[in-house]
Amino acid sequence: MLCRTASELYWMSRHIERAENTARLIDLTQRIALLPERLERGKAGAACWLRALEALGVDEEYLARHDKVDGDDVLRFLTLDPANPSSIYSCLQLARESGRAQRGAITAEMYQDLNASWLEILGLNWEQLISNGVSPFLDWVKTRSASFRGVTVGTMGRDEAYDFLRLGTFVERADCTVRMLDIKYAEAHGEEEREARSAVQYYQWSALLHAISAFETYRKIYKDTIQPVRVAELIILRDDMPRSLAVCCNAIHATLTTLAGGAKVEAIRLSGALAAEVRFARIDAILAQGMHEYLTHFLERTHQLADEIGRQFMWSTDLAAA
Amino acid sequence: MFPVPGGDLAPDEHAEPSRCGSDWTAPFILLMSITLHRNNVFLATLAAGTLPMPIAYDEMHLEGGTVRQHYGAFSQWLQQTPAPRIVQKRKEAELAFHRVGITFAVYGEQSGGERLIPFDIVPRIIPAAEWRTLQAGLRQRVQALNLFLHDVYHGQNIVNAGVVPAELVRNNEQYRPQMAGLDLPGGIYAHIAGIDLVRAGAGEYFVLEDNLRVPSGVSYMLENRRMMMRLFPELFSRQSIAPVEHYPDVLVDNLRSVAPTGVDDPTIAVLTPGAHNSAYFEHAFLAQQMGVELLEGQDLFVRDETVYMRTTRGPQRVHVIYRRLDDDFLDPMTFRPDSALGVPGLFSAVRAGRVTMANAIGTGVADDKTAYTYVPDMIRFYLSEEPILKNVPTWRLREKKDCQYVLEHLAELVVKEIHGAGGYGMLVGPTASKQELEEFRLRIIARPEKYIAQPTLALSTCPTFVESGVAPRHVDLRPYVLSGHDIHIVPGGLTRVALREGSLVVNSSQGGGTKDTWVLEN
Repeated sequence: MLCRTASELYWMSRHIERAENTARLIDLTQRIALLPERLERGKAGAACWLRALEALGVDEEYLARHDKVDGDDVLRFLTLDPANPSSIYSCLQLARESGRAQRGAITAEMYQDLNASWLEILGLNWEQLISNGVSPFLDWVKTRSASFRGVTVGTMGRDEAYDFLRLGTFVERADCTVRMLDIKYAEAHGEEEREARSAVQYYQWSALLHAISAFETYRKIYKDTIQPVRVAELIILRDDMPRSLAVCCNAIHATLTTLAGGAKVEAIRLSGALAAEVRFARIDAILAQGMHEYLTHFLERTHQLADEIGRQFMWSTDLAAA
Repeated sequence: MFPVPGGDLAPDEHAEPSRCGSDWTAPFILLMSITLHRNNVFLATLAAGTLPMPIAYDEMHLEGGTVRQHYGAFSQWLQQTPAPRIVQKRKEAELAFHRVGITFAVYGEQSGGERLIPFDIVPRIIPAAEWRTLQAGLRQRVQALNLFLHDVYHGQNIVNAGVVPAELVRNNEQYRPQMAGLDLPGGIYAHIAGIDLVRAGAGEYFVLEDNLRVPSGVSYMLENRRMMMRLFPELFSRQSIAPVEHYPDVLVDNLRSVAPTGVDDPTIAVLTPGAHNSAYFEHAFLAQQMGVELLEGQDLFVRDETVYMRTTRGPQRVHVIYRRLDDDFLDPMTFRPDSALGVPGLFSAVRAGRVTMANAIGTGVADDKTAYTYVPDMIRFYLSEEPILKNVPTWRLREKKDCQYVLEHLAELVVKEIHGAGGYGMLVGPTASKQELEEFRLRIIARPEKYIAQPTLALSTCPTFVESGVAPRHVDLRPYVLSGHDIHIVPGGLTRVALREGSLVVNSSQGGGTKDTWVLEN
């Protein structure tokens, strides 16, 4: 397969997954910002939105164009702003452009699905979004992502192209799960990390679970109250939680192993190390190290892996010189 | 900051997509701006002195309205089919084209700006005997053109023999000196040729233009047939219509046959300027139908005069490139240095005979407006045959006698600049004002060698669905001629139709549409 094709497929699914995760992160931020306590302290509400921007790594871009952090402005920036390359609008546009360029590599239904999402968001303006409600919009984004994933799984041949799409999905998901967990941990400090005692803490932790669609899973697995340690364990270490780091890292490693076709490449070593680490880690040890430090380090390593994937399969800058 | 795709993946917005490929969506027709008299009768002077001509030749009806025999079965079907069913089927066709996404990009609009090319359900039908003549004529013409191209880049015997003037080659911007002396597999230059035909007068076919660089439109020929069979399968059981669906197979076979010598199992690929090119749909479609890679320049690199594509498993050699990119953009080291679409060093591989370009570099020397006028002479010179297909009579103003005639009959003729395109630098005598005529006269006198002149033609019409019902609309025909170890022509080609009443512009951006083209088998 052409490097460019591999790259476009990989980024197509990353952008779809990123649109979904941005929707989830907005959902989380909204839930936290709208807690009664926040309303009393307007500044803290703005702090939530700033944290969302920081988590997505677009705070500087936002502040370059806005003089203050305002809930509505941030929301608009993250959803429909074409000037933000990571906005949901931009993600759907980029995914659809990749789809158009690689129509030969995906099924007709996949392209139609991407096209449908793009045409719908193209016809949506901010006033309509607000009057229809933010939540229905976020649901729509998640549904579109689910639809694309479903069409992909249901119609695409299990070939190299499929593997690159799958790789993109899990690399992006791992990235975003880390960012969401970090947002919540930045909110809670010291004693609060151990237990969600107060009502506010309860709401915040359950907001995180809701945002990543893990609330019911948590209840089923732990049959217990919401406890920060367990939430962290669920999101990082459990291999029965589809958005956990464990599941993402396993999927990345397995997919890379298939793609390399037996070759011993650096990307596989990195993904293997990452997968082994989340598989055998203990939540106590992670907490002892400090959650924020752990997550920051984890993010660095996934970026290193993503760079290596690019070098191995997509950029090929050294081929001409080799 | 989230990681974003490398800059090497971003589509090149600054490329000049409209210049990459002689697109069939580009204005093509010499006669396009001829306007009509009020009563829909053309000003026409096919043979000088006989004007005005009667109403244009009707593909379906004889004078008096009787249906021509080869349209009999279709006409009967049309009468039997209830109007609402036709309306519904036309809607269905439009929807299906949209869904499949058979669109062309409209420059200057955002990504949503893709339009459908209107499809008309009344087929253009060609009787078997008529096609046999056309086929023989096309074969003969393309054969001579390939021999001419080989000659131009080798001994130039035709120039030495005084048949074609030396400046046709020497002063031609499309002549590529780098190609001189290179031997190509099979001696073939124009592997894919699109020959534009029109019918005028009493139904006689004329060649309007030879497209030997990157002729497009064949995907519409294939999709139109697929659509007709899907909408009206009963039509195909009523009579025997020659199939066209095997075109991609014929094409890939043809490309294989011109692989560099010694290569048994060549890797074929299609080279596109990219997703922003207006014909991108066709590039992707053909690559997919042939089962080969669709490449952009950035996917290729050249090492040791060998072309490789960058794949996820490392470099893989490419032997035959069906390029849909103009010569100028192919290799910044040899041609336009500012081209970001091409592959540095590509020409070195061509020169070393390590890769075959289809079409070859430098075919443009045989398809400009002056070369066109010499094609009948080429046929006589190389094949010692009389041309089967006629050219539209053309006066070369570089020749004194012709120039004098044209100056005397300026108001009746169309005068074109040899290197002009898209209707620029053109005079349409019958509709020009006195002042325009005088201005043009002076320009001709100053540089007569820059111009040719042709009579205005009454192009044939074919019944077409329009808002008010079925009405005659002007059509042309572009058959595709494939040359390799053999010459192959898939029966028919692409019929383009000018949907606006009286219009001769089949250009898709100006209300042009397409029809399925049927060649009957009996």
